[in-house]
Amino acid sequence: MPRTPLALPYTVDYLSILAADGTVDTPLDPQLDDALLLKLYRTMLLARRFDERMLALQRQGRIGTFGPIKGQEAAQLGSICVLRDTDWMVPAFREGAAMIWRGTALESVLLFWGGREEGAAGATERTLPIAVPVATQLPHAVGIAWAARYKNDPAVVMTYFGDGATSEGEFHEAMNFAGVLQVPVVFVCQNNQWAISTPREKQTRSQTLAQKALAYGFPGMQVDGNDILAVYVAAREAVERARTGGGPTLIECVTYRLMMHTTADDPLRYRDEAEVKQWEKRDPLLRFTKYLEMEGLLDPQKQGALEAEVRHEIKLAVERFEALPAPAPLEMFDYVYAQRPPELEAQRQELAAALEETAASQPPLKRAAGR
Amino acid sequence: MAQMNMVKALNRALHDEMARDPDVVVLGEDVGVDEGVFRVTEGLLNKFGAQRVLDMPLAEAAIVGMSIGMAMYGLKPVCEIQFAGFCYLDYDQLESHAARIRNRTRGRFHCQMVLRTPYGGGIRAIEHHSESREAIYAHTPGLKMVIPSGPRNARALLLSAMRDPDPVLFFEPAAVYRTFREDVPDEEETLPLGKAHVARVGKDITIIAYGAMMRPTLAAAEALAQEDGVQAEVIDLLSLYPMDTETIVASVQKTGHAVVVHEAPRTCGIGAEVVARLVEHAFLYLQAPVRRLTGFDIPFPYFAREKAYLPSPARIARAVRQTLNF
Repeated sequence: MPRTPLALPYTVDYLSILAADGTVDTPLDPQLDDALLLKLYRTMLLARRFDERMLALQRQGRIGTFGPIKGQEAAQLGSICVLRDTDWMVPAFREGAAMIWRGTALESVLLFWGGREEGAAGATERTLPIAVPVATQLPHAVGIAWAARYKNDPAVVMTYFGDGATSEGEFHEAMNFAGVLQVPVVFVCQNNQWAISTPREKQTRSQTLAQKALAYGFPGMQVDGNDILAVYVAAREAVERARTGGGPTLIECVTYRLMMHTTADDPLRYRDEAEVKQWEKRDPLLRFTKYLEMEGLLDPQKQGALEAEVRHEIKLAVERFEALPAPAPLEMFDYVYAQRPPELEAQRQELAAALEETAASQPPLKRAAGR
Repeated sequence: MAQMNMVKALNRALHDEMARDPDVVVLGEDVGVDEGVFRVTEGLLNKFGAQRVLDMPLAEAAIVGMSIGMAMYGLKPVCEIQFAGFCYLDYDQLESHAARIRNRTRGRFHCQMVLRTPYGGGIRAIEHHSESREAIYAHTPGLKMVIPSGPRNARALLLSAMRDPDPVLFFEPAAVYRTFREDVPDEEETLPLGKAHVARVGKDITIIAYGAMMRPTLAAAEALAQEDGVQAEVIDLLSLYPMDTETIVASVQKTGHAVVVHEAPRTCGIGAEVVARLVEHAFLYLQAPVRRLTGFDIPFPYFAREKAYLPSPARIARAVRQTLNF
């Protein structure tokens, strides 16, 4: 009865295809078709410019606190683009690029960060709204995947979270359930190195986040999260595995949050600007641009035209958002239950009467629409 | 009509609803092979199979979280948490998601699910198996909170809860599970959520209770009739949210006196809500302060002291006498 090392069924791969300078590991290049590459590029550019625009809008008080996605676009788009419309996306709160890919209108995003539930309601079918409490959305992904399988629906569920989420109980509970039930879930971890001020190395002693899958009996893979091709290849493999009954996969996308956690914090308090500068060199948008130029799909003229196009699209969305009528206060009572219980009906009437009376005695609040 | 205890009656509701609606699935710890620690899920695995009766790993938050996912897809999950004292682990899922999905998505998604769990003392259980924290859920906007008191209303309310389009917390009084039998009709019977039941008609005082406290309350009412000639009206709330203000207020307008009974701690308990509603809607009818005969603001004691903690018929009768002698 000797002491021997156990042969565990999985090892963890690291995948990188497109280097920061735009050079590509040709045998590994998934050879995506031109239309898909250009759609991915346009969405990445739109998401980046929209992120920058929202930061400005927040600074001007035109939307509320929001969490920028800058630097994480490849991790999101490389994974989400593998899904079919009939698949499910279960997001956390920093997946703006993926949500735009899924068809969420820019005004919906603005409405959400502008403090209106209509924004959360605006996602497309089979795309859940943003989930704010960290890791709490992960069991939902398992439940949806189980329900789909119960209904003989071949849908796959892709769910997103960050490095900080991997310390939460519900991450481990959901991973365990997914492993036990062998449901079609792809867990996409955007390891952006920082959970507000907590660095990755203070989050876990594990060498990788991907290896956490091994404890739950399914594969985990680490990819260069700023490399859209590597993310794509990992996601395609995971989605195929899920769809064909092979169960869940964890993909750790190693990326970086180039901006603040949300507009309410100042990263200079907790991280070195030199680190940010290093990661800026690995910007997924720069890298993808170089790749497309080398592939002959993009030139400065085309890029300029695309820039103008996405800026115009954003401008129109902001205009539509700001032209919306102010939110009707009493609507807050309308969707809590399928039918308002008597308590709520009485409270609604109380507020209606109070608003009417106080409106009569005070000048109306002058506020721009849509805020 | 068949005589059955509450466990059987609840089991009957689950069997009938699962047979009627293939979207109803049951999940929890030990609900399948073991048929539930109190046997409420007896026979379900055999009859409906492992696709509809899921024995889950031990993780309350994920059991509720997974139920929420199933409900967003369109199923109607009924999850069991083994004891209400373990629901704190899943409270975040209820508060942050189950209760809010409809509102958050302006009705595009909803969360039709039932969380069943035994609650309450009097079963000589170890710590964490006896508490009553129903007020937490009644205080959580977006949830409904239901507590049956006997076999017949348990079956009828569970059927209604499973058909309700919103998340329902269904607290089952463990002390009542097997203590008595009642006639339960063969044909389907449902009760509307949000309606109280006048369990005993009287003219002198209104006693408002629910769940496991109904038995000692009705016993107290009988004793008061025998010993004092006092005719107490007893109201079984059944739903704590929504709460049937109308029935309580109408009764107190008639009697002018009220006592609220629950085993949960007093401060910010359901009794406080009942008193507030009586003050709001029956102030000028009240002839004495409304008394709360409740558990105390202490952790539920280990079972050697639980008899002293739980409201008894004698203590309920005493509170009634004090109120009438104000």
